[in-house]
Amino acid sequence: MTGRRPWDPGPDAAATGRDARVGAGAPSPAASGRQGSTRGGGGSEAPALVAEGLRKTYALGRQTIRAVDGVSMTLRRGEFVALVGPSGSGKTSILAMLAGLLRPTEGSVHIAGEDLGGLADRRLARFRRRNIGFTFQQNNLVPYLTVLENVTLMLSLNGRYDGEGARRARELLERLGLGDRLRSLPSQLSGGQQQRVAIARALIHQPPVVLADEPTASLDTERAHQVVDTFANLIHHDRRAGIMVTHDLRMCRVVDRVVVLRDGTVDRTIEDRAVIERLAEEALI
Amino acid sequence: MSPRLALSLALKEILRNKARFVSIGAVIALITTLILFLAGLGEGLALGNRQYVSGLGADLLVYQRTADLQIAASQFDRSAVASVRRVGGVADVGAIAFSSTVAEPTQARARGAPGVSGARAAEADASTGANGLRVSLIGVEPGRPGDPPVLEGSGFTSASGNEVVLGRQAALRTGLKVGDVLTVRSTQGAVDERYDLRVVGIAGGQQYQIAPSILVPLVTFERIKPKANLQDDPRALLFNVVAVKGAAGVAPSTLARRVESQVRSVRAVDLTTAYQNIPGYSAQQSTLNTQSAFTLIIGILVVGGFFQIQTLQKLGQIGMLKAIGASNALVAGETVLQIVLVNLAGVVVGALGTAVLAATFPGTVPIVFQRGNVLTALVGLLVIGPLGGLVALRAVLRVEPLRALGLGK
Repeated sequence: MTGRRPWDPGPDAAATGRDARVGAGAPSPAASGRQGSTRGGGGSEAPALVAEGLRKTYALGRQTIRAVDGVSMTLRRGEFVALVGPSGSGKTSILAMLAGLLRPTEGSVHIAGEDLGGLADRRLARFRRRNIGFTFQQNNLVPYLTVLENVTLMLSLNGRYDGEGARRARELLERLGLGDRLRSLPSQLSGGQQQRVAIARALIHQPPVVLADEPTASLDTERAHQVVDTFANLIHHDRRAGIMVTHDLRMCRVVDRVVVLRDGTVDRTIEDRAVIERLAEEALI
Repeated sequence: MSPRLALSLALKEILRNKARFVSIGAVIALITTLILFLAGLGEGLALGNRQYVSGLGADLLVYQRTADLQIAASQFDRSAVASVRRVGGVADVGAIAFSSTVAEPTQARARGAPGVSGARAAEADASTGANGLRVSLIGVEPGRPGDPPVLEGSGFTSASGNEVVLGRQAALRTGLKVGDVLTVRSTQGAVDERYDLRVVGIAGGQQYQIAPSILVPLVTFERIKPKANLQDDPRALLFNVVAVKGAAGVAPSTLARRVESQVRSVRAVDLTTAYQNIPGYSAQQSTLNTQSAFTLIIGILVVGGFFQIQTLQKLGQIGMLKAIGASNALVAGETVLQIVLVNLAGVVVGALGTAVLAATFPGTVPIVFQRGNVLTALVGLLVIGPLGGLVALRAVLRVEPLRALGLGK
């Protein structure tokens, strides 16, 4: 086998090994050339997310399975990172640990300065609804709530629903091209529209961190590009720290950094814009 | 977590999935109707069995000791009444005799009974049937315990006249009024004899052994009751039980002990014990109660199954809600509120449906909605939803937010 695997970015990649850390204050590689982008250059701004030495093991009979083995990463506000890798590489487990849904066997996650490991389950749930925005691969929306209600649900959960919140939700949905679907139920929307509603819900409460699990998995190519473009624009524009788990390298063209995972470790991190774009283009072929 | 948010989510899910929730609401409504009818039927049949005995206006009923509290097996003569009357603390006694006979259809006797209109006769015939109405024939001592107060008419004017007091059901089903004549068909030996009795009063409900009752003076009873042996001396005045009214301040249990100790070969019991020993009464009640209990259990399983299936279908959605930060209290609160609301709606619709349906039943159908029984049934029905939903609630609480990412159990 001499052919390159889709996860292998080639010799030009700026590989940083296991640690996917980007030095605080360093401008995002993709910062230049984007209109109005304020991401990356945070100067002395504290990172939005810091994960250190994440390890997750599972007992399977007498065997111990290492799903994640010593992963570290740091994200600043306005930075959008893709986690890629083959099935079983630990993408979803890492995302779950970053979200506080899964407690690491070792290591720590800090979001907005808070150590998630020190929070009990109830406080962790409260922390999630205030500080993390989510989109999922499936079961993204509450089927019996309208588009507007699904988005404002995050405000209601945080006890922040009011007229101003509803107005912001409408504005956000209009920006996402859903202004005429506010009263539609999820079942009346296309897959792409549903993902855009989920994006609006993930951002409406202005969380410092936004996590997306395979947001384009069920979409055709055109809609998939629309969704990630929208997602990236909002993350950059609103200065959120975004992490997207994807198996589709084509979607990586909009991110600032690609973290390639293999067997639960960071195989390499690609920060070079040209390499990222070449990776995305080759995946198109 | 805000109860308002839980309520809002619960209501929106119900309103936007009407078909699903209406179907389970309809099941609950039908279960409610079934249970209320069973309760009503139970009370109606119980009343039909015990109504006369429980409303005797006495404290004790005295049986022949060897009769094992079976009224038909107990037999006394006048001396027993005298013996019981002499017991200290006894205020009054009344001998009571029971039998059954047939009230003839009105039309058949109308020719000889002036005052019975053709229309009334036809109406009553529809109720009594062509062969007449089987009635409990009860012999009482006028003015003594066992002789019920009349709501219309004068009541008995003599201790041996051809007079009859009709229980309410007998009056309804024969269509007779005070002053009319009731013809009773009674088998004497091998021959059917007919006796005309003038209606002198109409009492309240006096059913005994699921039959309407007609009451006559004891002497008349002895004369007209069905007899296999015509050699019996009608002056012997045999009867079945003695109703005893105690003096003020004497406890029934004390009085019962005194009667049993001072009168030979008798057993004295309170009225509750007496009607519980009416043949078939306890068996009938336990059968109906068992049916009600099983219906409630079926209701719990049906409601529980519905909400359990619904929860299983929503595990991903619940996981997502928890992942985005919804607390257990919110998702559990939404589930509980849905169960309570759907259950409440089903019970209210079922209760109203039962009331409407019951209003269309003729008065002769033995269904009685007694407030206590209905309330007990309704409380039981309101509890079945939450009870049935416990399993679903447990499932809701156990859903891990990790499920949103396709991980977790």
